[in-house]
Amino acid sequence: MLDVKNIYKTFNPGTVNEKTALRGVSLTLNDGDFVTVIGGNGAGKSTLLNAVAGVWPVDEGTISVGGVDVTRLPEHKRAKYIGRVFQDPMMGTAATMQIEENMALAARRGRARTLRPGITRDERDHYREMLKILDLGLEDRLTSKVGLLSGGQRQALTLLMATLQKPQLLLLDEHTAALDPKTAAKVLDATERIVQKDHLTTLMITHNMKDAIVHGNRLIMMYEGNIALDISGEEKKKLTVEDLLAKFGQATGSDEADDKLLLG
Amino acid sequence: MDFLLSFLNSLPGAAGQGLAWGVMAIGVYITYRVLDVADLTVDGSLATGGAVCALLISMGVNPWIAMLAALLAGMLAGLATGMFHTLCGIPAILSGILTQLALYSINLRIMAIGDASAKTKSSLAISVDRHSLLVSSRNIRKLTLENPLLLLALLVAAVIAVLYWFFGTEQGSALRATGSNSNMARAQGINTDRSKVLGLVVSNGLVALAGALLAQYQGSSTIDMGRGAIVIGLAAVIIGEVLLSGVFRNFALKLLSCVIGAIIYYAVITLVLRLGLETTDLKLLTALVVAVFLTIPYWKGKYFSKAVKPARKEENTHA
Ligand SMILES: Nc1ncnc2c1ncn2[C@@H]1O[C@H](COP(=O)(O)OP(=O)(O)O)[C@@H](O)[C@H]1O
Ligand SMILES: [Mg+2]
Repeated sequence: MLDVKNIYKTFNPGTVNEKTALRGVSLTLNDGDFVTVIGGNGAGKSTLLNAVAGVWPVDEGTISVGGVDVTRLPEHKRAKYIGRVFQDPMMGTAATMQIEENMALAARRGRARTLRPGITRDERDHYREMLKILDLGLEDRLTSKVGLLSGGQRQALTLLMATLQKPQLLLLDEHTAALDPKTAAKVLDATERIVQKDHLTTLMITHNMKDAIVHGNRLIMMYEGNIALDISGEEKKKLTVEDLLAKFGQATGSDEADDKLLLG
Repeated sequence: MDFLLSFLNSLPGAAGQGLAWGVMAIGVYITYRVLDVADLTVDGSLATGGAVCALLISMGVNPWIAMLAALLAGMLAGLATGMFHTLCGIPAILSGILTQLALYSINLRIMAIGDASAKTKSSLAISVDRHSLLVSSRNIRKLTLENPLLLLALLVAAVIAVLYWFFGTEQGSALRATGSNSNMARAQGINTDRSKVLGLVVSNGLVALAGALLAQYQGSSTIDMGRGAIVIGLAAVIIGEVLLSGVFRNFALKLLSCVIGAIIYYAVITLVLRLGLETTDLKLLTALVVAVFLTIPYWKGKYFSKAVKPARKEENTHA
């Protein structure tokens, strides 16, 4: 479903701020894979997701989604295949627009925007039903501005929007990191339910090793712009945090695992 | 008493100016508020609209067609700015300034078209006696259908109706999303560059239409009729917001509040002129008014942050 081949990305090349964030990353996701991504701060996790989403072009390598080579497609064209939720709750929704307007925009992801109405009555009813699933009381606030919602509500809404049109690939970048623990758990719960229900191929970055172990069928760990660990199947099911730390030490030859991972 | 009478007497004129400038203010609202871009093209495109309209009318073309041509010319100017910004990667403000500057030369040429004795011209007169004009300040006191206030009000209503419809469509919503959060817009598959260009095209089309109305209203187009237009437009938008944002929440009403802002602006201008200021002092006054009104929300947010709601871009909602 996702095929990333040997991608490189260097930011600010040729300046004092030059930073190589991806060093030949390759990753293949099968249909329905739910992959969790961990790694210390600055390991290149967000950069990998942004490369796939097309926020900027990669320096080298190819990316294809569902068999389509998207390497040269701009961000808005890749959106046809990809749903995203960002770390920053402000980023995924239009604050000055209403909840239903945001959803209507998301429902048209990947389609040409015409001069037909931006939202119809039938859609409203549908959105109300969808919002009920979140169980955050948003179904009664369809015409509220999104800017009035809490961070957790906005993330849950963004998640719903990302999956309103079933995406071929769902990208979640620490989407619960900015939330309080209780809200984070709720949003993560909704994530698990939606991913299972729609059988979505998902790449989820998390800063929480336990979450990374509990969720998904495969776990990758990034280190210095590359994938240092890739664990799936039975091995993933039996994984513990201690295992993970030990494996990380072996894979990278570094004993800074504890600090980097736990703090990162 | 004399003073009051003379002020009241000049109010219809202020209303006429305000309505024409209101169309311009709606254009500014689209870029400044909906798209979140400060577009300085308007100083040039207002004069372009005036020049094109005056030229065609002086050639005997039907004034409706002349206005349509002005609208299209303004849209072209917006397209140029949009291309500078999105295709060439030039910051929006600078893109607008470039087009505005270029339009200065172009407008001088436009007004000289068909005149064998001059290659450029800095003004072009169109008299209501010799040409058929849709709106003229000369008729401002007539109680007939010729009174320009009637047609201006109808035009303003038509512009608001069309925009209300447009911003409710899929494309219009995409444009609003682009201005509200371009990250989100792209993630939802919206071509934000195209949205920006479209917004600039629509905005400058309206501004040029306002220029066409003003040229007819005052009986001439001049090269500097758009000087400082952006600030007058902003003044109208901001005055409208400060006075009416509490009551006008619907998008159509927000557009209307720009027009009301423009009318109030011209009423105040009329008043201060009666009080003895020179017309040449008006730019200073306008700049100060806009500066003050832009400062108030900033200071409120900074020093009394609890008292204000996050109002800056509240008005982006349709319906
Ligand atoms: N847009 C950017 N411009 C410059 N440097 C960037 C940019 N995005 C990421 N980086 C740098 O690339 C490295 C990897 O960042 P990132 O992928 O965000 O790490 P993380 O694994 O914490 O998500 C970091 O050193 C970061 O500073
Ligand atoms: Mg990150």
